[in-house]
Amino acid sequence: MIRIELPANLRTLAGVGKEVQLQVDGPVSQRSLLDALEAEYPMLRGTIRDQTTKRRRSMLRFFACEEDLSDESPDAVLPEEVVTGREPYLIIGAIAGG
Amino acid sequence: MSKVRVLVGTHKGAFVMTSDERRKDWKVEGPHFAGWDVYHMNGSPADPDRLYAAQSRGWFGQVMQRSDDGGKTWQPAGNEFKYDGSVGTHKWYDNTDHPYEFLRVWHLEPSRTDPDTVYAGVEDAALFKSTDGAKTWEELPGIRTQKTAPSWAPGAGGLCLHTIILDPVHQDRMFAAISSAGTFRSDDGGKTWRPINKGLRSEYIPDPDAEVGHCVHHVAMHPSRPNVLFMQKHWDVMRSDDAGESWHEISGNLPTDFGFAIDVHAHEPDTVYVVPITSDSDHFVPEGKLRVYRSKTGGNEWEALTKGLPQKDCYVNVLRDAMAVDSLDSCGIYFGTTGGQVYVSADAGDSWNAIVHDLPSVLSVQVQTLA
Repeated sequence: MIRIELPANLRTLAGVGKEVQLQVDGPVSQRSLLDALEAEYPMLRGTIRDQTTKRRRSMLRFFACEEDLSDESPDAVLPEEVVTGREPYLIIGAIAGG
Repeated sequence: MSKVRVLVGTHKGAFVMTSDERRKDWKVEGPHFAGWDVYHMNGSPADPDRLYAAQSRGWFGQVMQRSDDGGKTWQPAGNEFKYDGSVGTHKWYDNTDHPYEFLRVWHLEPSRTDPDTVYAGVEDAALFKSTDGAKTWEELPGIRTQKTAPSWAPGAGGLCLHTIILDPVHQDRMFAAISSAGTFRSDDGGKTWRPINKGLRSEYIPDPDAEVGHCVHHVAMHPSRPNVLFMQKHWDVMRSDDAGESWHEISGNLPTDFGFAIDVHAHEPDTVYVVPITSDSDHFVPEGKLRVYRSKTGGNEWEALTKGLPQKDCYVNVLRDAMAVDSLDSCGIYFGTTGGQVYVSADAGDSWNAIVHDLPSVLSVQVQTLA
């Protein structure tokens, strides 16, 4: 199972805890992972990616395995550690100063 | 016994406040959607337990919520606001052409007759409609594609469609207001629109009496007299007696005619309320005094209402959607401040009490009168 950590506001919106677990069939990319997340939790549609363009919302970042994957191709295969669930895929809200 | 339900949107969540017709003791529930901006909540006149809320945040965009039990529980609704057809452009702050881009919902206006029908005014300025209880939204593109739209430019708060009025008598007539484009009217249920800004004069634009470009802050109507509109413009309080065909100033003896909120007494169509704000550079009440001004003559002659409101060291603002009236026999007036207070007057403004003192900054106040 793939583990995804959501920012606090989205956990509340989706009614989940810090981490959700998803089964994703086929090659696991950021696109397929987020598609699966939005299919399981439709209330998250539009809050992580633009609904039309599917581009990442600009004030969110995607981290995994101590790497910033935000600007990687959405179709690039995710690290094995994420695919096997050893490491979580982190959706992070940009830090606000106030 | 009648009850009132006050729907308060703040910068950090939504609150639902209820009281009986005495409006002295209040039950406050919330925050709903904690941490999110709630620009507006509104209830269906056809089914008062059907509520809609617009929650948004810079990080996460727009989320819509719906309640079927008067705000006790909420369910996320559809949040896809897609402009219809060619997106087009408006003017940006540097006068370049900027594509219309959906940012957030500013105002929700439910149908008077159908709980599943609700209109949404959004930024960048456009009008959307849902006929399935906010599951899906379709743009009514006539206002965004109106011939003057490419020349519209945002004010400091954004190019927002913030006011929607559904004419209760002329079924196909609607009014909308946009900062900073002006006021618009449709006579065919929102299909086509035209500017109705004749008589407005704005010294902050190159042509002060241009057809569009006026920063209208809010418009109010009494349902029994739909041809009469009251407007709080950026500067100037205005009135139209011909459904917006022409406007004349009614600022009269106000200490300043800058402000955001304006509303009309539920039973006296010529009794109007505003909250004067110092200026466009000082967005707080003048002289440290929080004063609502009431005109019982449809404008020009205004009296300050101060009993129960702070009269020193007060520097709050009252935003455009943060004033409302109930329709109890003794009309209640409500407003919320950027300092987090929500005030109620159960005697049409003669005296005031705070329902709450310490909410996050208040964005909107809406009131439902319940049987």
